[in-house]
Amino acid sequence: MTATVTPSENPLAEVLTEEPRRPSRIGVGAHLHKTLTTKFVVWTIVALWSIPTVGLLVSSIRPERKVKTTGWWTFFVDHQTTLQNYRDVLADRASGGQMGAYFLNSIEITIPGTVVPVVIAAFAAYAFSWMTFKGRDWLFVAVVALMVVPLQMALIPLLQLFTGGAHIFSITIIPDLGLSNSVATIWIAHTIFALPLAVFLLRNFIGSLPRELMEAARVDGASHLVTFVRVVLPLAIPAIASLVIFQFLWVWNDLLVGLVFGSGKATAPMTVRLAELSGDRGQDWQRLTSGAFVTMIVPLIVFFSLQRYFVRGLLSGSVKS
Amino acid sequence: MLDILSSFTTVALGIGAYFATVGALYGATLLLPIGPRERAQSWVFVGPALALLVIGLLVPALRTIYLSFFTGPTASKFTGIDNYRIMVTRSDNLIVLRNNFFWLVGVTSISTILGLGIARLTDGMRGESTAKALIFMPMAISLVGAGIIWKFVYAFTGDRSVDQIGLLNQMWIWLDPILPGRQDPQQWLLITPWNTFFLIAVMIWVQTGFATVLFSAAIKGVDDTLLEAARIDGATERQVFFGVVIPSIRPTIVVVLTTTTIAVLKVFDVVRAMTGGNFETEVIANDMFDKSFREGNPGYGAALATVLFLAVIPIVWVNVRSMRVSRENA
Repeated sequence: MTATVTPSENPLAEVLTEEPRRPSRIGVGAHLHKTLTTKFVVWTIVALWSIPTVGLLVSSIRPERKVKTTGWWTFFVDHQTTLQNYRDVLADRASGGQMGAYFLNSIEITIPGTVVPVVIAAFAAYAFSWMTFKGRDWLFVAVVALMVVPLQMALIPLLQLFTGGAHIFSITIIPDLGLSNSVATIWIAHTIFALPLAVFLLRNFIGSLPRELMEAARVDGASHLVTFVRVVLPLAIPAIASLVIFQFLWVWNDLLVGLVFGSGKATAPMTVRLAELSGDRGQDWQRLTSGAFVTMIVPLIVFFSLQRYFVRGLLSGSVKS
Repeated sequence: MLDILSSFTTVALGIGAYFATVGALYGATLLLPIGPRERAQSWVFVGPALALLVIGLLVPALRTIYLSFFTGPTASKFTGIDNYRIMVTRSDNLIVLRNNFFWLVGVTSISTILGLGIARLTDGMRGESTAKALIFMPMAISLVGAGIIWKFVYAFTGDRSVDQIGLLNQMWIWLDPILPGRQDPQQWLLITPWNTFFLIAVMIWVQTGFATVLFSAAIKGVDDTLLEAARIDGATERQVFFGVVIPSIRPTIVVVLTTTTIAVLKVFDVVRAMTGGNFETEVIANDMFDKSFREGNPGYGAALATVLFLAVIPIVWVNVRSMRVSRENA
């Protein structure tokens, strides 16, 4: 292959990676940030926004008796700490929170629930951009149109499909695949619900790559698969990274799909267990706080280490052209 | 340890199965002559996505509309439009629709205005990115987690004779000397209809960060020369903001309003985790779940899902129209 293009030569990649910057003197808030009032207002809001989470974290490491009888803010004068809450909430015994097992379910669901839709969507986006086939344009419009369908519209029939297959007048169209007690139902559902937006975003990106690039690859005798894997995918990394982070957080944090398709400790994700604890043991604050933090730890790491990509994904995801 | 191993085996199997299928199909196309080969290849590329969408989303959605005219534990008894009629006539069902309306107006308006305000105040400020990151953080965690965080804020331990563990009740008591009347600890999530607003506050807490980030990026994109020109003409900062900035970021405002509206329409997790829809806090999505999967009335659940879908359509339509207008003006 003769055409080697680094991501920086792609103008769109440039726009997406570089947030607009300018001297702060002339910005919109330029004449505001000098005043102490502005600073006071902003940091008050920030404090208001952070304090509930701080309260949760502090409570999760306080002894049960303290959590249940005194406010978490007294921790700053009476700082007893313990990890017992975490041991209890992760413990697998019947009296424990059993979050450990659910944590694994979440991983089993989230990894394929992120990788599979992004891969499928990337293939489809390439085909919609650079391959010619009958009905290409209206099929793409149809896929995008499916973005407006709330996932609630698919839950009941999809559950029936997973548990009993599909039949028309007692003729079996799709047999019972025996998936009903497997995490696969959950990540397959996530894959389906993610596809319209994923195809749309990736087509926007992949379709905007320079035409000469594809032509050069074809002239060099590269097949579509080679062009896709060796030319398009490396260039699409920024868009794919944003999408992956976004989808990862979406699946990890989801409750509804997990509740509908999951079944207890065997397959349901952590969010399901946390909601259960909140309902059944609503006063066990030492467990609820530590349990909530166990579900939050992964998204928080992803968020604070990959914030740039996350924000970028959000911007491209919501500013639909 | 074995658990983790089998976990990852499942994951690897799932991903492997997909690649094997696609690889086999692609390999099969290589046996074809060049013309049909390319066409077959494009279907291998686009086929899995289309097949999944048809089987898993399009057909189920149509079937949901169909099921919404049926009743009974397996939705097998035809009832015409009864499900819809019950939805808008029975008083407890009307509360569900009313609550969704409160959610829609409350979250969308307040988080948009707050987001716009914060984006403006923080723009160019020292510590801007830290402030924005902290306000944005709730967006990264699950709504169930957010629900627990706030349930703890609203916690109630008893009357004044005991220490409060919920921050809101403690603050309420601290405010006692300042406010008129007597501030006693309250069970915030049980007081109808205000409890719905305590749930709405959670969603505002989550959505404001989203609005802030989008508005912040949009504000930084406003043409500097426009701002300078307005200032030279003697416009006050307030006039610059409402006369120049707001009109320039109109498309972003529409996007934020649309995205928030659609997210709020489908609100589920917060209600599920905090009140379970009890004490008159029920919303469409939670009711849909309970009716379909817990109370054995999937027909009614399907009708609720259809209503959600119908409610989304005008929002999308307005959005598409406003984009067409802004594109024509550009």
